[in-house]
Amino acid sequence: MAKTIEQENYREKVEEIVAFFPEKKGALIPALQAIQKEFGYLPRPALEVLSGSLRMPLSTIFGVATFYAQFHLQPRGKHIVRVCMGTACHVRGGQKLLATLENELGVEAGGTTEDLNFTLEEVACIGACGLAPAVMVDDETYGRLTSDKLTEVLDQYRKGKEG
Amino acid sequence: MKTRVLVGMGTCGIAAGARKVMEALEKGLQGVEGVELLPTGCVGLCEKEVVAEIQKNGEKTIYGDLTPEKVERLIEEVVLKGNIIEDWIAARPEEPILAKQERIVLENCGHINPENIDEYLEKGGYKGLEKALKDMTPDQVVEEVKTSGLRGRGGGGFPAGLKWQFASQAPGDKKYVVCNADEGDPGAFMDRSIKEGDPHALLEGMLICGYAIGSDEGYIYVRAEYPLAIKRIKVAMKQAEERGYLGENILETDYNFRIKIKEGAGAFVCGEETALLASIEGRMGRPRPRPPYPATKGLWNKPTNINNVETYANIPRIIRRGGEKFAQIGTEKSTGTKVFALTGKINNTGLIEVPMGISIREIIYDIGGGIPEGRKFKAVQIGGPSGGCIPAHLLDLPIDYDSLVESGAIMGSGGLVTMDEETCMVDVAWFFLNFTQKESCGKCTPCREGTKRMLEILERIKAGKGKNEDIERLKFLGRNIVDTSLCGLGQTAPNPVLSTLRFFEDEYRAHIEEQRCPAGVCADLLRYVIVQEDCKRCSICVKVCPVNAISGKPKEKHLIDQEICTKCNACLEKCPFDAIVKK
Amino acid sequence: MAEISVKINGQEVQIEKGKTLLQACEELGIDVPTLCYHPRVAIEGACRLCMVEDKKSGQLIASCTLEADDGMEIETESPRVVEARKLVLDLLLASHDVDCFACERNGDCRLQDYSYRYGIERTAFPGERREFPIDNQNPFFERDYNRCIQCGLCVRACHEIPQAGAIDFANRGFSSEIATPFNVPLEDSTCVFCGMCVELCPVGALVPRLDRFTGRPWEIEKVRTTCAYCGVGCQIELNVNEDRVVGISGYGESEPNYGDLCVKGKFGWDYIHHPERLTAPLVRKEGKLVPTSWEEALDYTARKFKEIKEEHGGDALGGLTSAKCTNEENYLFQKFVRAALATHNVDHCARL
Repeated sequence: MAKTIEQENYREKVEEIVAFFPEKKGALIPALQAIQKEFGYLPRPALEVLSGSLRMPLSTIFGVATFYAQFHLQPRGKHIVRVCMGTACHVRGGQKLLATLENELGVEAGGTTEDLNFTLEEVACIGACGLAPAVMVDDETYGRLTSDKLTEVLDQYRKGKEG
Repeated sequence: MKTRVLVGMGTCGIAAGARKVMEALEKGLQGVEGVELLPTGCVGLCEKEVVAEIQKNGEKTIYGDLTPEKVERLIEEVVLKGNIIEDWIAARPEEPILAKQERIVLENCGHINPENIDEYLEKGGYKGLEKALKDMTPDQVVEEVKTSGLRGRGGGGFPAGLKWQFASQAPGDKKYVVCNADEGDPGAFMDRSIKEGDPHALLEGMLICGYAIGSDEGYIYVRAEYPLAIKRIKVAMKQAEERGYLGENILETDYNFRIKIKEGAGAFVCGEETALLASIEGRMGRPRPRPPYPATKGLWNKPTNINNVETYANIPRIIRRGGEKFAQIGTEKSTGTKVFALTGKINNTGLIEVPMGISIREIIYDIGGGIPEGRKFKAVQIGGPSGGCIPAHLLDLPIDYDSLVESGAIMGSGGLVTMDEETCMVDVAWFFLNFTQKESCGKCTPCREGTKRMLEILERIKAGKGKNEDIERLKFLGRNIVDTSLCGLGQTAPNPVLSTLRFFEDEYRAHIEEQRCPAGVCADLLRYVIVQEDCKRCSICVKVCPVNAISGKPKEKHLIDQEICTKCNACLEKCPFDAIVKK
Repeated sequence: MAEISVKINGQEVQIEKGKTLLQACEELGIDVPTLCYHPRVAIEGACRLCMVEDKKSGQLIASCTLEADDGMEIETESPRVVEARKLVLDLLLASHDVDCFACERNGDCRLQDYSYRYGIERTAFPGERREFPIDNQNPFFERDYNRCIQCGLCVRACHEIPQAGAIDFANRGFSSEIATPFNVPLEDSTCVFCGMCVELCPVGALVPRLDRFTGRPWEIEKVRTTCAYCGVGCQIELNVNEDRVVGISGYGESEPNYGDLCVKGKFGWDYIHHPERLTAPLVRKEGKLVPTSWEEALDYTARKFKEIKEEHGGDALGGLTSAKCTNEENYLFQKFVRAALATHNVDHCARL
């Protein structure tokens, strides 16, 4: 695989990580864990470098990275925002909340903002139907939301980051 | 004698607020002479967390439900004056909750500081290793384990001594000792407690195994979700190395042994031994067929002995006290004790250790304190997602490997989930199958495809859309998935369904034939109805309904439109007159 | 070689030690169905179709992974075995795009054959089926994972035969699938398009593009020959329909390749019936190339060689030969250039 500029950005760090495992055998999973610890996720160019360092097909690395629940191939935000898509929330405008969030954060469901502050996800039902429509941010549940209130909630987390 | 205050600082203790209690104690005991304040592992009384044991004047008392606010009185009366605060005692030794237990593996958990090797040594720690290295040949160690009758505590119940013998007799100059510490069953935390509460026992067990089978290298494969356990094992390893129990020339013999920790990456199937080995080797956790067994072809194709944490933790005691003595505990074919995580609809949830052969009744009613709010016991799910349920009429079944298998359950690693009349057995089966289905590695057809189809049928039944032939279909699928799957995960995945079908087929039939969930759990089959005689027409329900399914203005008759209702329970909770019922 | 004795379907037979039960059955002409076994690659034991019943333990065992042991007694078509096989097939069908009508492998598909053999009309477990876009970006073969049964033969072929490692399993459980890294198109992966995955695929998930709609399997005549591309001399089978070559398969029973092919041997056959293919020698007459006879062409060439050699000396000539030729042919060629043309100007393209 051709070398790319992106790969060069990760090369030093990945090679440093691989050097930590003098025995190449069995190094893949700990190496992936170390890469994810370093970058917060498994960046593709880093895995491409790793493939060369460990002399292992990239397909095998991709397979392992997608097999284990611990690994993420996309950057994850500092805060995970989950919009409830249950029936009650749906009826009470969950979809609209999602649209507000997509608009506010500039990402689609499943995406992460560029500043890596938020990851937006849909969730089947968080069991807060009485509070519909509801959104969870990290472990906190916010109910009876309107678009305006939701913006306020988001602002708290935005400030948290800056402050 | 020093007064000791030991605070339960396992993962659950910390989650319950043990750190704050610890801090308050530290503050309150500042400048007080002759009192030691220490962290300890889990004593098993989950219901009573935060828990602390106070050892004074040779007496041990366990206090529970502690908060920072209670600390002042605790120090004043108990630590300093030596009185006892009756109301705060978590459990007394003579109460059945403790008296019916027999603590061998957990003997140190909750009583010593797991981060201090001296406390382990005081309790006879590493004496088993010393005895093995200095007074016994490797073959004698294997024999001793065989004599003990110890069977693998990870689920299958294969005799540990026999396993060791296979690995010891397998040709090869490089051999491995692997500890399966990837405890992944939902609701099981036995191994975590041992790792957190008595990590040296695990190390010692592995060291003895290494000597017995001729290995110089061990791996502990532990879930990354157990950071505290990993930390404590690392601390223990460092201390063991410093004292010459681990590393080169152990106890000045020519025995060398090193241990490496491998953190799992989040895959339940890696509890299966060949998948676990694949994962240590850095591959996807896809199991491979056995034979060859790991004893002959294991890690990197070298002979390997794999046991779980509880199994290894039993070893030091077996060597120290003799296999014969261990074999006297329990039943003839299931010797020793078993640790269980007692959860579900039971008064005393927690971690217990009982002699094999004890009846389920004793566990539920004597140790567990029975079912909350006087409800009726329905069944207990034993063995987690690979296990099965034992119904009320088998309450006197003794807990041993063979009786459990006969009844359609398995010992498993030790999850014990109690269920009462408000538990729907179809829902329980669905819960466990949903778990295993998501954790299937996808390699073999029956597990990858079959568990998915079983789950779809269960979902259909739960939604009241089941067909009469679905019961036969489930049995057909279940039976053949058990027969044809490649590994233990698939071979046992249908068990929760098959065993609930065996004892509670009528519940399945009620869902299918009458669209009724007898336990009132399956939401799609419930109807929320307003009892008009009790309704005061206050219209609160109309306002709280998130989907506007309730009609009627104040003072008018209220009705719930079943088509719109999402069964969210909001109206039932808010009705001031209890005029809304689930049917 | 040590022999052991096993009883298969009540018949006592002697077989070589070290063979699996499946291989033993194969040798005895007992047809045990399997989808994930292929002698060319490692044994996986994934499809669970080759289950047989062990009479002694009463267990079903996968015959592809278990080494036959002395004194074993097995049944290959007992009611229990048949029931288990039916379930496995049924489950595969539930996740399979059963559009045999449009499938190139219709009539040459093991899933179809076995389903027919065990009398399965359609799946008893219709439910969720994953949908995959068809990948037909590369010029050589189509990937339609709606037909994939996840036997993994392609993955093993890719890692073991050319060692390209372009594909592997990704995800797990019901979501598991076969993928290139980050799902890039095959041509952006390390794929060398040897087509071994296509050769080993037991169903219609991997199909050569050129072969599409050129003939049903039962219309195809297999003609064994030697690959014309290089000097290795791979043994191939031309797939011929009505006197036209419509595809190429590796011939598995012989050296040097035992079924293995490369991208050219497998996919590069379209020159055979190409309208621009040279089928007769051409000679330039009055500035135009016109067909001629071999006799005239050779005479003409020999005459020209001689003229040049006489007029300018042998070093005015040179010879370049090809890796398509055998060593012997290349030897002869350099001998000809040195002895007949009298020059050392001889070389070889060294690759195709």
